Amino acid sequence: MTTSTAPPALSVRDLSVVFRTPTRVVHAVDGLSYDIAAGEVLAVVGESGCGKSVTSTAVMGLLPPTASVGGSIRLGGRELVGADERELRDVRGREIAMIFQEPMTSLNPVLTIGRQVGEVLRRHQGIGRREARERAVDLLDLVGIPAPAQRARDYPHQLSGGMRQRVMIAIAIACDPAVLIADEPTTALDVTVQAGILEVLQSLRERLGTAIVLITHDLGVVADIADRVLVMYAGRGVEQAPVGELFDAPRHPYTRGLLGAVPVPGRRRAEDGRGRLQEIPGLVPSLTEQPDRCTFQPRCSYADARCGERRPALRALRERDERNEGYEEGERSGTERHEAACWHPVPVRPVLSEHPEGAERSDDAECSGTERSEGAECSEGAECSAECSGAEPSESAEHPEHPERPGQEAAS
Amino acid sequence: MSYPIRRVGESLITLFLVSVVVFAGVRALPGDTATALAGEEPTPEAIAQIRASYGLDDNIVVQYVRYVRHAATGDLGVSSRTGLPVLDSVMEALPVTLELSALALLLAVVVGVGAGVVAAVRRGRPEEWLVNAVALLGLSVPAFWLGIVLVLAFAIAVPVFAASGFVPFGVDPMENLRHMVLPVIVLGSGLAAVVMRQTRAAMLGSLSADYVRTARAKGLSRRQVIVGHALRNSLVTVVTVLGLQLGHLISGAVVTEQIFVLPGFGKLTIDAVFSRDYAMVQGVVLFTSTAYILVNLLVDLAYSVIDPRIRLGGAQ
Repeated sequence: MTTSTAPPALSVRDLSVVFRTPTRVVHAVDGLSYDIAAGEVLAVVGESGCGKSVTSTAVMGLLPPTASVGGSIRLGGRELVGADERELRDVRGREIAMIFQEPMTSLNPVLTIGRQVGEVLRRHQGIGRREARERAVDLLDLVGIPAPAQRARDYPHQLSGGMRQRVMIAIAIACDPAVLIADEPTTALDVTVQAGILEVLQSLRERLGTAIVLITHDLGVVADIADRVLVMYAGRGVEQAPVGELFDAPRHPYTRGLLGAVPVPGRRRAEDGRGRLQEIPGLVPSLTEQPDRCTFQPRCSYADARCGERRPALRALRERDERNEGYEEGERSGTERHEAACWHPVPVRPVLSEHPEGAERSDDAECSGTERSEGAECSEGAECSAECSGAEPSESAEHPEHPERPGQEAAS
Repeated sequence: MSYPIRRVGESLITLFLVSVVVFAGVRALPGDTATALAGEEPTPEAIAQIRASYGLDDNIVVQYVRYVRHAATGDLGVSSRTGLPVLDSVMEALPVTLELSALALLLAVVVGVGAGVVAAVRRGRPEEWLVNAVALLGLSVPAFWLGIVLVLAFAIAVPVFAASGFVPFGVDPMENLRHMVLPVIVLGSGLAAVVMRQTRAAMLGSLSADYVRTARAKGLSRRQVIVGHALRNSLVTVVTVLGLQLGHLISGAVVTEQIFVLPGFGKLTIDAVFSRDYAMVQGVVLFTSTAYILVNLLVDLAYSVIDPRIRLGGAQ
C-alpha cells in the first residue's frame, strides 16, 4: 500500500480497445481506469472474455493492428498510448513485463532456456553473451529452478509446466521492471505448483517493490496475494476495492454473483439442502455495441429503469454507506477507496451471510426512483438529485436500503 | 543410440536395398547382355564365350557379390557404348550436375525463403500479392518453355548469358557462371516457388505463436523477432520441403541438361538408356540413388540441428 501522494507506477485512464474487422466491431475494453502503486498487487478478476487480458495486452502495446486503443496509459509518467513502436520496444521487457498464461507454448522450442532469459538482458542492458548467460543462471536460481546452470542449457521441452512458468517469470523480472503483469500465471498449472509461483511473485514485490497486476479468475489466488481487486464485466470496470473489503462487502451485484459462484468447502444452501452453487443467470452481453446503460442490467435482479437508461460510472462509495462509521468522503486515499459502477450498490453484508436483514423493506422501493443511488458518492449533487426526482437522499436510513431477494442469499 | 548414428545406419541399409534393386532390375530388362555385346549376327560360341568371360553363367548371388565387391573398389564395369570405364564417365559428368543442382538449390533457398518471409510478414499488403503471383507463375511454367524463353531473351536477343555448353569452373570461373545462370534459373525457379509457399505458411503459423508474443514482450526488434524466433522455427518445414523436392531436382536436372546441352548426369543417363548401355545405366542409377540417400540423410541431420526436440528425443 502506498500513500495517495506517490505517483502510481501505472495509471490507466479511460482505456478503450476496439477491434474492427470488415464484418464487425468489438468494444473489448470500454472506459477502464485503474492505478497501481509500487509494491502493490492489483488483482483484475472477471469472467472469460471480460477484457482482462486485452487490457494488459494493450498496456504492453502488443495488440494486433486490427485493434485501436483510446484513452491513456501512463507508465511512471510516460504516456504509452500513441507512443511509437521504437519507444515501446525500449519500455517493454525493461520497465514493464508480462507473464503469459500459457507456459507450455510461450517459450521458443528451438532455443535454450539460458538464451531466452539472456536475450532480454542483452537487449536492454547492452551486456555481452557471456555475461548475459551468467546473469540468466542467477535469475533461474532466483525464481527457484534447481540446478540452474544445467537448466540454462536445456530446451523448453525438457522442463515441466511449472518450471517453464518460472522461466517466464525469470524473463519478465530480468530487468527489474517497475510493473509486472501476470496474466493467469497459475491457470495452466497443478495446484501444488501454483503456490510456488505465487510465492515467487510475492517475494518479488517485497524485494524490488514491483507493482504487480495479477489477472486471474481464481478468487482463491486473489485472496492470497492481492492488495486490491478490480472487477471487470463486459469490458468495463464495475467494482474496485481493497481485497478484504471486496470479499467481506461486495457492493456491485455482479461481484456478489461472482463471489457466490465460488465453491466454499462445507457450505451448502440451507433452503433446499442441495449443494448447488449460485450462478449468475443470463449471458455476458455481446460487445458489438457500447450501450449507454449498465451492461449488467439484463442479468441483474436489482436493476430498475435507470439502469437501462444511463451508464453508471465507477465512483467511490461513501464510507458511511460502507461501514456506517461516519468517515468523511475523500479521507481514504485513491488506492484504498471502494468504488462501484452501480446505480444502487448492494448494501454491506457478507455474501455468504446469515439471513439478509434488509429483506423486509424490499420490493417496491426498488423502482420508485425516490431512492438515491445509495452509496454513490455523488459529488455532482445536482445531477444526482435530478435523477432522483428531487427527493432527499435517504441517508437517514440505518442502511441505504435496497431490495434484496432472500432466495439469492446463501445461508450457511 | 544417438540419433545421427541410428540415422546413418538406416541409410546404409537403404543403400544395400538399392544396390539389390539396381542389380536385379538391370537383369530383369528384356534382352540379353551377352547377345547385345556379341554384335551383329553372333555365333553361339561367341555368345557363350562372352557369357563365360563376364561370369554370366554363375549363380545370381555370386554375380551380385562380385558386383558389390567391384563397386566397392570403384569398378563399375565398362561402358559398352564408349568402351571407357563407367566410373570415369560418371566422375566426368558429376561436377556439372552437382554445380547445377547446388546453385539451383541455393537460388531456391535464398529466393524462396526470402520471398516467403516477406509474404508472411506483409500479409494482406501488395507485397504479398506480388510474391504470390510470381510464385504461382514459377510453379505453372514448365521448365522446357521457361528455358526456351530465357535463351531467346538473354542469350539471343540480348546475349548476356550462354545458351548452351559447359566450361569447367577451374578453367574459367566467369565463363562457367555465364553458362550456368540460365540452367540454374530454369531448374531452381519451380523449387523456389514451392519453398516460398511453404515458408510463408510456416511463418504465418510461427508469427502468431505464443513464443513470438513473448519475444515481442521482451522488447526485441522486429528483425530479431522475425529472424531469431519465427524463422528459426519455420526452418524445419523448409528443410522438409527441400528434402521432398529433391527427387524433382534430380529429374529436373535431366531435362535442364538436355535443354542447355550440359554434359552432366542427366545427359549421361539418357544416352546410356537409349544405347542399352547396361553397365552405364547400372552405375548411373546407383550413383543417383546414393546421392538421394545422402541428401536425405543430411536433411534429417539438419532437422536435429534445428529442432532440439528431435535431437534430444524429448516429447512435446
